[in-house]
Formats: sequence, structure tokens, C-alpha cells
Amino acid sequence: MKHRVVITGMGIVCPLGHDVPTMWDGLMTGKSGTDYTTIFDASTFPTQFDAEVKNYDLSRFIKNVALHSKGNRGSQFVVGAAAQACRQASIEIETASPADGIDRRRMGIYLGAGEGAVNSDAFFSALVDGWQADKNNMDWSRWAKTASSKINAVQELEQEPNMPAAHIAVLTGARGVSRTCLTACAASTQAVGEAMMLVRHGKADVIIAGGAHSMIHPLGVTGFNRLTALSTRNDSPQTASRPFSASRDGFVLGEGGAAVILESLESAKKRGVKILAEVIGFGSSSDAFRVTDMHEDARGAIQALQSAIRDAGLTVNDIDYISTHGTSTSENDSIETKAIKTVFGSRAHQVPCSSPKSQFGHLIGATGCAELITCIMAILENTLPPTMNLNDPDPQLDLDYVPNKPRKAKVDTAINESFGFGGQNNVVIIRRFTK
Amino acid sequence: MQPRRVVITAAGAVSPLGLTSGQMWQALVEGRCGLGPIHSFDTAGFDCKIAGQVPDYNLRDYVPKSHRKATKLMSRDIELAVIASHEAIANSDFITKANEGKTPTLVPQRTAINFGAGLICCDLVEMAQSVCHCITDGKFDIHKWGNVGMQTLTPLWLLKFLPNMLPCHVAIIHDIQGPSNTITCGETASYLAVAEAVEMIQRGDVDTALAGGGDVKVNPIGIIRQSLMKRANCTSNDNPAAACRPFDLRAAGTIFSEAAGVLVLEEMQSAKHRGAKPIAEIVGSGSSHSLNTDYFHLEPDGKAVQFAIESALQQAGIGPEKLDLIIPCGSGIAADDRAEANGIQNALGKAVSDLPVWPIKSMLGHCGAAAGAMELIAATKAIESGTIGKAINFETPVDGCRLQIVRQSLQKKFRYVLCCGHSFGGQTAAILLKAIED
Repeated sequence: MKHRVVITGMGIVCPLGHDVPTMWDGLMTGKSGTDYTTIFDASTFPTQFDAEVKNYDLSRFIKNVALHSKGNRGSQFVVGAAAQACRQASIEIETASPADGIDRRRMGIYLGAGEGAVNSDAFFSALVDGWQADKNNMDWSRWAKTASSKINAVQELEQEPNMPAAHIAVLTGARGVSRTCLTACAASTQAVGEAMMLVRHGKADVIIAGGAHSMIHPLGVTGFNRLTALSTRNDSPQTASRPFSASRDGFVLGEGGAAVILESLESAKKRGVKILAEVIGFGSSSDAFRVTDMHEDARGAIQALQSAIRDAGLTVNDIDYISTHGTSTSENDSIETKAIKTVFGSRAHQVPCSSPKSQFGHLIGATGCAELITCIMAILENTLPPTMNLNDPDPQLDLDYVPNKPRKAKVDTAINESFGFGGQNNVVIIRRFTK
Repeated sequence: MQPRRVVITAAGAVSPLGLTSGQMWQALVEGRCGLGPIHSFDTAGFDCKIAGQVPDYNLRDYVPKSHRKATKLMSRDIELAVIASHEAIANSDFITKANEGKTPTLVPQRTAINFGAGLICCDLVEMAQSVCHCITDGKFDIHKWGNVGMQTLTPLWLLKFLPNMLPCHVAIIHDIQGPSNTITCGETASYLAVAEAVEMIQRGDVDTALAGGGDVKVNPIGIIRQSLMKRANCTSNDNPAAACRPFDLRAAGTIFSEAAGVLVLEEMQSAKHRGAKPIAEIVGSGSSHSLNTDYFHLEPDGKAVQFAIESALQQAGIGPEKLDLIIPCGSGIAADDRAEANGIQNALGKAVSDLPVWPIKSMLGHCGAAAGAMELIAATKAIESGTIGKAINFETPVDGCRLQIVRQSLQKKFRYVLCCGHSFGGQTAAILLKAIED
């Protein structure tokens, strides 16, 4: 038997704000989460700005902060996001005897979560101390001496990508299926999609699904800078993320945590909780093309879009809004546009599609779920979030990207797209809940 | 409509016990240990000096011409996944894009790939060659790094170390265009990847899947972390063969290793239709989560292990008395082994008193995210051959352990075999295999 899957709670911690209303207000008022890097000294890096979560206070959301305060940045963000989502869905947290009507063995966790930051001091110091330049090799004994004096067991453990889920389990008491995936920038859309499948097929009644990631550390920024994936518009950070514009030059690295409560319709009704939206489709594919590039004809993206629409039992005529992956890189935005045109055909120009990354940046593993939350808000508020900084449209890219201003529109059905380095393509479709 | 059933039709493995699943199996049955002194770096300054390492290989033997250039972008984790996938595909008799010049029989859009992967360690020597340009007064200078140092790293540096690159390379080599997922759930990762791949086939999204995982724990950072976390045994450097002692009173930690294991999963009818011979059916899976606030270990009562096993049995619709064999996690970390024994005992009740339990990490070492794949492959081979070896390094059970750890090799028909795993952080998983009966 298949179950209908609904969303009964949502929470977010992102550069535009530490809860959903603040984030949404930021999107509606044209705010940017981007500024010069403060987390480390990036003053000589090719990219000297990012979108950071600032002044975050976990004690706003939970009582027992000590159990989670050693978590990596992503863990702490998603604990706050999950606490918000649980509160909205009337799920009790931080208690050994919850009375919210959910059997904890039927409550699971599925995150798209990244690794925590490397301990940069230990990492670089050990390399400096161990390296023998004259011999062009490493003295591992000297390396180990510095490394073991500087690294700390708890911090090393908390770097592991499965640790955000460990914190959510301790927070909520969830004892059901627990998975964490890391498919680069597609991770939390994949997590939400696969989690929906688990509830649909009766493997759980409730799943806390979402994402957690921060790659704002020297090695993370180094990696993306070397790939020339980041914008280097150091003279104007706030306008650097400009998806679909002719002058786009890369994405803006963000960080954050996002969570939604997926629940079977039966469970939500039984508990009498408010339903925010229904998750009706999921499609997933692999480019199987190149390690470095998306398939030039958008083969994988098209397949993921088409299978999600098929899974939802819809046609392209039913889609009111697309929340794009829209990273502001040259390649992504043009190939994504090609995919939408291929799948939507003559209707492509009638479907508004925008990119909230123009405002909160690219949250990497957490970005898919963050953008899913903007889709939920678009449905609840009948308002489309804009693509900001779109003042010089790329003549090749001619869809309705909702440039620069939010727009009132009737939104019943929305698509959320995420594509990851290495060719994972994931698409989730949600709909306004009706009986 | 009948539910779609999922069978294993082939396997591939690369491990400290050899470059193929056959070599690994031979060693496991003979009770041979694959652990030894670390030779990939000088361990003089390390507390733990032993590990399980894969024998030398020539990567070109496993990569088709069209993908040779991309081998420069492969970390060792990726290489091992490519090698194990190569064997799995060869054993399945599928023809893929990798068989250049032949017509593929694997249908790209109807095939999924789902691997467990770990945190991949970057190449520290490569990194040091860039870092050494960035020193001021004997200390690392991040200004120089931003200006000069990072420019000396290869532009595609990051792509070598993303965990999703294991399935990404394999998908390109064999042209797999269905869903691709990478589960990074610590040491339960490949169990969960296999469980999810089974679900993808059951729900009809695909007919075939490559599922498993790969992980390289043998590198300076990995070894030093595990020693500091007090998970690695640092007291048996002179006796590697006796160092990893699952469920034994003298257990002093685990020994880490490197490996990859890949299963070919198929919907039963479609496997039969193409003339493939199913080896075992996957009839149940379960997972749960420990709630221990000491995130290093499971709860002492092993409740999360118990719940995962109970879910797997329930899904298969059988009682514990039907089981013929358990291949447990059994890492040799005493606190976790005790918890796991409690969890298994509580899940199975009286059935544990005569149920053989065969831990294999004593021979293979702990290969992290790949561990589940290796245990599932061992279970598949046990079902196929009707044989298991004896457990090594087990003399006196750790407190509270009533498991019947096998002291002799066994030959019998194994109908139901249960595998289970758990991770630091608290995730647990169990998968139940069943022999094919016609």
C-alpha cells in the first residue's frame, strides 16, 4: 500500500536568517546574505566573500545545548532547523517520554550532510613541521608529533558526515531508519526524495529530512577556487550571485541547515497537525558523462525532471513554479535552462523559474532542502521568490526567471531541482495540500 | 501485483585478502588474517603501526581506454571502488560500455548505483608540496596560501576527494544513468546503500543496481584519528594476526583497513529472463539509531542493534529461530562488541543459543564504510558454498556475550543469513539474505 506523504513542519538556519519567517522576509525584501569572509582570513584568496550564518544562537531553539555544542557548524545549524520543524509539527524534542503520538521506532532521519571543517591549524602545521623540502618528502614522525598534539578526538569525530544525524537522533529520540547521503550539491534534495519514498512505501511514519553543510574553511574555498566555480567579484559581494545573467562568474559559497518533517497523511491526520504541503514526486538520475562537466544536452537533468513529473502523475501543464538549481555558474545555468526548455517544450516560457541562491548563496549539501522550503512558502504565500541581480540577462537564457522582484502568483505545484558535481540530478515535486 | 523480489547475481571485492572476491573468500574460509605492518607510510611516530592493506594492483587493468585520463582524478577510495565494480560486472555476465566494441546488455536508464563511502583523506604529500611555499617564520602563512600556494594545486584537486566520486566514476565507466546515491553514514554506509538499492528495485524505479561501498582507512590522518579516539588497537603492533579480537575478553580495539565491495542486484524475474543465476535473495533490511550521548559508542544495551535486526526479520516475515548464521559487526572495540552482543541477544532471544556467529573483521580489519559490503559478500558466498571458516582470535567471550562464535569451520545449508553493522555516531543496520529455492 502506498501512503500519501505530507510536510508538517519546516525549519531553516541560513545566511538570510535563522528561522523560516526571517529567511522569507529576506527573500521578499531583496536582502543578500553575502559579505566579506569572517570565518577565516581569506584576504588573499581569489574569492574573499561568502554567505555566512552569523550570530547564531542554538539556545534559542533547544534547552540542552551542551549535548550539541561540540557539533560541527552544519550539525549545529541542522539541530536548530530540526527543532523549529519539530515544534511546528508538534513533535516533542529533548524528552525521554514524548507524548506526541509518534512511535519513535517509526520515526526516521534522512539528511544530505557534508563533512565538518578540517582543523586547519593542525592540518597545515603538521604539514609544515613534517615536510623535508631538501628531500622532497615527508618525515611522518615529525608530522605525527604535531598532528597528535593539535587534533582533538571529539572534534575529529564531529567532522564525520553522519554526525549531524547523530545529533538529530539524540534531540528527537528517532529510532527508525537513519540515512545520510552526500551527493555534492544535490544531497538534501536526494535525501528528501528518498525519505519521501520510505514514508510512501510504509518504511516509516515520520522522517526528519534535510541538509547540513558548511564548506567555508580554507580547504573548502581552495577546492572551489581551483575549480573556478566561485564568483571572484570581490568589489561587489552582494551582487556576485547573479544566476542567469550574462555577467555571472560563479556561485557564492554559503552554509546552513534545513529540515522538513515528512509524515504519512494518516499519521498527520491522526495527530491533528497542520499540513503545509504534499510531496508528490521524486526523480533521480546520473549523467554518467564526465567527472568535471554536466552532459552537454542536459541528458541527466532531463531524465530526472521527466521521471519526477511521471512519478507525480502530472504533465508539464500542471507545474506552476520551478525553483532552479540556478548556481550562477556559466555551465549550470545554461544547461539547466536547456533541460527546462526540452522538458517543458512550448510551455517553457510560461513557467516562472527563479533562484533563491541569488540571495542566500549556495548552501552545498543543505541547499536542496533550503530551496524546498522556499517552494513551500511560495505555495503558502502565493508569491514567487525572485532571482536577484539579474540586470543583464544572458541572451541565450530567455526563460521567465522572476527577475529582481518577488511576484504574486497562484502556486499550487512547485518543482525543486538540484544537480551535483559528478552528475547526480535530483528533482522533488510538491503540491498544495487538498483532501 | 506480486511484490518485486531482489536477488544478488554477482559480487566483486578488493581487500587486504586479495584483489578478487574469490581470493577474499578463500582466505576467510581458511581463517587467514590479512592484517600486517603498514607499508604505505613510515609509522615510526604512530602509536598504531598495523593495518589491512590491499595488495599491489595495476589500475589500468580495470579501466577502459575511454576513461584512462580520468584515473588522474581518482583517490585510492575511488580506485578500489572501480576495481570491485569491474569484478562484479564481469561476474554478472552483463556487457557494459566498458566492454569496448561489444553491444551492452546493461540498460543505462534502468540501472542504479548506490555506494557507501567515507571521508576521503587528501594526498598529504601532494598538499605539503603546495603548503611548503607558504611558510613565514616557520609557520603556515594563509596569506601566501591564498596568493601563491593554492595555485600550485591541480585545478581539479577537490574532485578527487568528494565521496560521490566513487559511484560517479563507476557510472561513467559502465554507463549507469539511473539514480546514483552515496551514503556517508559512517560504518553502516554500505549496508544502507544496499538496502536503498533494494528499495529502488522493489518500487520499480530500476531493474538492476550496483550497490556496496569503498573506503580507505589506512592513511596517516585516518590512523592517527582512530588512535586518538581510542578505537584503534595500539598494543599489538608486533602481532597483527592476533590484534583484532571481536567479542573476545582480550579485545583492545579494532584494526583499520581498506577495501571495496560491490554487489549486482537484480529484480528476480528480470535476472531469470536474461539467464543469470541468482545466488541469494535479499528479504529484509532494518536500521535504527543509538541515542547514546557519548557519540563514540553504542548504548550499552545495544537497543539500536536490536531494533535494526527486529525490523529486518519483520520485513522478511520470519522468526529468529529460522536463522542459520549471523555475520556481525564485531569490531574488537570492547564497549561496542558488548553492546552489539546485547542487542543481538535481545533481538533473537533463545535462538542465539545454537546460532553460529562468524565475525570476519579479525581477518579483514575494519574497512569503515565498506565493511557492510564485505560482510554481505561473505554471507552470499556462505550461502553459495554451504561453508564458513572458523572465527579467529576468539578465546573467552567478553562480559555478557552469549553468542555462539564459531570455533570450527562449518559445512551446512545456510538458508537465512543475517548481517549487521553499526557506526560511531550511533547508526545501525541489518540485512537478511535467503538462499534461492526452486
